[in-house]
Amino acid sequence: MRIGVITFPGSLDDVDAARAVRLAGGDPISLWHADHDLKDVDAVVLPGGFSYGDYLRAGAIAARAPLMQDVVDRAKQGMPVLGICNGFQVLCEAGLLPGALTRNSHLHFRNRDQVLQVERADTSWTHAYETGQRIVIPVKNGEGRYVAADADLDRLEGEGRVVFRYVGGNPNGSSRDIAGVTGADGRVVGLMPHPEHAIEDLTGPSTDGLGFFTSVLKAVVSA
Amino acid sequence: MSGDGTAGQASATAGLSELDTGPGRLGNRLDTVDLAESTPDDEQPYAELGLEADEYARIKEILGRRPTTAELAMYSVMWSEHCSYKSSKVHLRQFGDLPPSDALLVGIGENAGVVDVGDGYAVTFKVESHNHPSYVEPYQGAATGVGGIVRDILTMGARPIAVMDSLRFGRADAPDTARVLPGVVAGVGGYGNCLGLPNIGGELLFDDCYAGNPLVNALCVGVMKHEDVRLAKAEGVGSKVILFGARTGGDGIGGVSVLASETFDAEGPAKRPSVQVGDPFTEKLLIEACLEIFAADLVTGIQDLGGAGLSCATSELASAGTGGMHVDLDTVPLRDSTLTPAEILMSESQERMCAIVEPDKVGAFLAVCRKWEVLATVIGEVTAGDRLTVDWHGERIVDVPPRTVAHEGPVYQRPMQRPADLDALRADDPARLPRPQTGAELQAHWLAVVGSPDGADKTWVTEQYDRYVRGNTVLAQPDDAGVVRIDEQSHRGIALSLDGNGRYARLDPYTGTQLNLAEAYRNVAVSGAKPLAVTNCLNFGSPENPEVMWQFAQAVRGLADACRELGLPVTGGNVSLYNQTGDVAINPTPVIGVLGVHDDVRTRVPSGWRVPGETVLLLGTTAAELGGSAWASVVHGHLGGRPPAVDLAAERALGDLLAALGREGLVSSAHDLADGGLAQALAESALRYGVGARLELGNLPAALDPFTALFSESTARAVITTSDPGGVKTTARWAGVPVTELGTTGGGALAVGDLLELPVDELRAAWTATLPALFGRPEVTVGSVPAGTVPTS
Repeated sequence: MRIGVITFPGSLDDVDAARAVRLAGGDPISLWHADHDLKDVDAVVLPGGFSYGDYLRAGAIAARAPLMQDVVDRAKQGMPVLGICNGFQVLCEAGLLPGALTRNSHLHFRNRDQVLQVERADTSWTHAYETGQRIVIPVKNGEGRYVAADADLDRLEGEGRVVFRYVGGNPNGSSRDIAGVTGADGRVVGLMPHPEHAIEDLTGPSTDGLGFFTSVLKAVVSA
Repeated sequence: MSGDGTAGQASATAGLSELDTGPGRLGNRLDTVDLAESTPDDEQPYAELGLEADEYARIKEILGRRPTTAELAMYSVMWSEHCSYKSSKVHLRQFGDLPPSDALLVGIGENAGVVDVGDGYAVTFKVESHNHPSYVEPYQGAATGVGGIVRDILTMGARPIAVMDSLRFGRADAPDTARVLPGVVAGVGGYGNCLGLPNIGGELLFDDCYAGNPLVNALCVGVMKHEDVRLAKAEGVGSKVILFGARTGGDGIGGVSVLASETFDAEGPAKRPSVQVGDPFTEKLLIEACLEIFAADLVTGIQDLGGAGLSCATSELASAGTGGMHVDLDTVPLRDSTLTPAEILMSESQERMCAIVEPDKVGAFLAVCRKWEVLATVIGEVTAGDRLTVDWHGERIVDVPPRTVAHEGPVYQRPMQRPADLDALRADDPARLPRPQTGAELQAHWLAVVGSPDGADKTWVTEQYDRYVRGNTVLAQPDDAGVVRIDEQSHRGIALSLDGNGRYARLDPYTGTQLNLAEAYRNVAVSGAKPLAVTNCLNFGSPENPEVMWQFAQAVRGLADACRELGLPVTGGNVSLYNQTGDVAINPTPVIGVLGVHDDVRTRVPSGWRVPGETVLLLGTTAAELGGSAWASVVHGHLGGRPPAVDLAAERALGDLLAALGREGLVSSAHDLADGGLAQALAESALRYGVGARLELGNLPAALDPFTALFSESTARAVITTSDPGGVKTTARWAGVPVTELGTTGGGALAVGDLLELPVDELRAAWTATLPALFGRPEVTVGSVPAGTVPTS
């Protein structure tokens, strides 16, 4: 199973995402932002980092990379896409996910081990979990505050598109404690916390993040 | 130095900007080598550039004429204290004279030393100061401190894999600390986070002596294969000199000379323009481009542009090579087209590197730079002669022997004198201080030490740093050492610790420096690693003060003697002098870094207690040693007496024992004893996972009262927990390390006999409240945005 990991200038957690794919049993394929080449991957991860230094707006410049046109096209045809942190910001800027990520309300970068509640266990990236399950994975960002207009938030909630919520303290001021959302078909998911940093007991606070990557491998097989 | 750093925009470099075009006999004429020869008696502003009269005379002697403005600029920055080590060099030679170490692949003199960590891996690590800039402009000063040390590591051919920061500020409640500290922490985080390097630990300490001179020391560690080590030298006539990375701007001009090599004073002009401005995104691209260039073997020599900028890179590359180099300065890409040639040569604009590339590899080199969107320009070439020449608008403005710029600067035997107050300070023994008598008083003092700014929880700082990026961080703050995996198949890894107790060094710089080394060694050892090599950042006051110079010489001798005894090489380091405002110098603060190696990081030993029912053991010998202690400082504001005795043989025995216990899986946790003694170590062990312990101090020597047992700072000690106390005792006996049984983990309190019972929750409240109360921790606020302001899909 080929899972692509895109590297933009300033991507940082691309090596981590590739490791997570590998430990889950998939083949990580590195993809270059400037190439129009998805290398026949079955799904794509947009990793964390500071693409283009977060200049302009976080994710805004990367969303216009040549490869992102291919990602948007394939996503519309149903290819699973996961955006982590900066990747989530890119997906919002590319119009694949609703809402926007803004500066944390307390204005500091904050890195901590975060409890999340899984609100949807039927997306391509969350099959391995139970609805209502609580998982611990790291969160680390300076611009992770999820915002949208109240009416839009109501609509997202109504459509069941909130996938993760922060529990035990909201680390950045996100509206309604939203940590991650999905597109209409449940195949594109974006979240601020970092599942790829919770895949080994040796290096993470838990191994709760591995389920993202085992989920998509099953989703691709059954698709 | 004015408090807000903005008063008087007449910067120390204003005189320089006028040099080429300003008033005087030069008028608007470019100062060329020809002009210098024909106007030998023109006055030059060498003093404003930080040069002494005899140094200026020596430059004239070397060149056989007066220097051009550009040459004067180059010599002034390269002969600054910061670049030339002119006051410290005669002492630092002791590190080079240490017996050869099998582990050392590259020693002192390169950008950073390189050590063999096994399996063909080499590790390079170094700590460097950015003290003065961080006081003037906290965010950018600290950020570019990280950027600079990362480029040093990259220059050796290594991929940078982690950073650490060792920070010291004035009193925690001083208004200026609230100005400096948040900016420094945000700067360290802002740069390191954006670069994708995990921050794995460091120090945060407060003392009034740092009020006007905060210390910001940053460490970077990188890893490579043995065959990938790169050196800074220009060889091969005809090879091209390529400048790549950011454009050159007017920032940081004179950073090393007028900023880092002078004492702050109240009246001088603001030095803010001498601080550089960082762009971590460009540095990240520079890292990836360099690693790709190294992998394709496209360079013969490489040097980063840090202090003294292009002056340093070109003269050092040429000096270390065959000697000849020519540069066309017009080709340097500029941010500001009005810069004079002297300013271009002195600019410390960040995120720049200089490479020597064979002509047939230039195309491939430039292609890699294009891929990573890094600007790269051929600015010159290696020449057959032994002169470094620079042209500007077709005229020669520099023609110098590069060794005289880079490696043959002035060397001073500064006068030294034992501080006049030292005997009185040492005679003021903490034995005179009132001690807690009852259990309640002991408990109050325990809480005071743990809740003091030095002892308190550092989460306020570390949560602003990314500790997870790259996915190899095994241990980080608050564990004693940072541990990073370097190979996912073999599980090989490294451990690092930085320690620098300035109170001990003030009381006895020789012993104090050894104590700092011992602590860093111990911190690495408690993680289960084998200590391998030493780096250092020596922060002192003005070398022109004989008492400071005496402290410095003592510290260097202490470190060299201790490294000899422990068999550890010093792989490099950094000296930061002039850390004083007016006549008041900081406490001598030698920050010592120790690198250790883990053959298998899976056997690393964490510092916290996780499970109840385990036996708590104290390893090592406790004596009544409270001179320079955290207790004396926190409870009584006292600094006096003598620091704890050093016992390096005991440190080595303890380290060997801990490594053996880790290998045999006999130990569940280990925590070193240092500032705050047993009290602080027990508290931190309990706080990690909220597991308390029931303890008895009765097994310690009868002469030790509970107070001394808890707060003495005797060295070569650690607290461990184990489920096999018999096995530990057997191994410890073999290793010659005394073992004292203290009690058993479990419960929600630290209970000491029937003397006191300190609930972990109460301890936690005291421990966690301090830094947020001082520096604020704004609550998270959740609000909504107006409809239409955010797109929805």
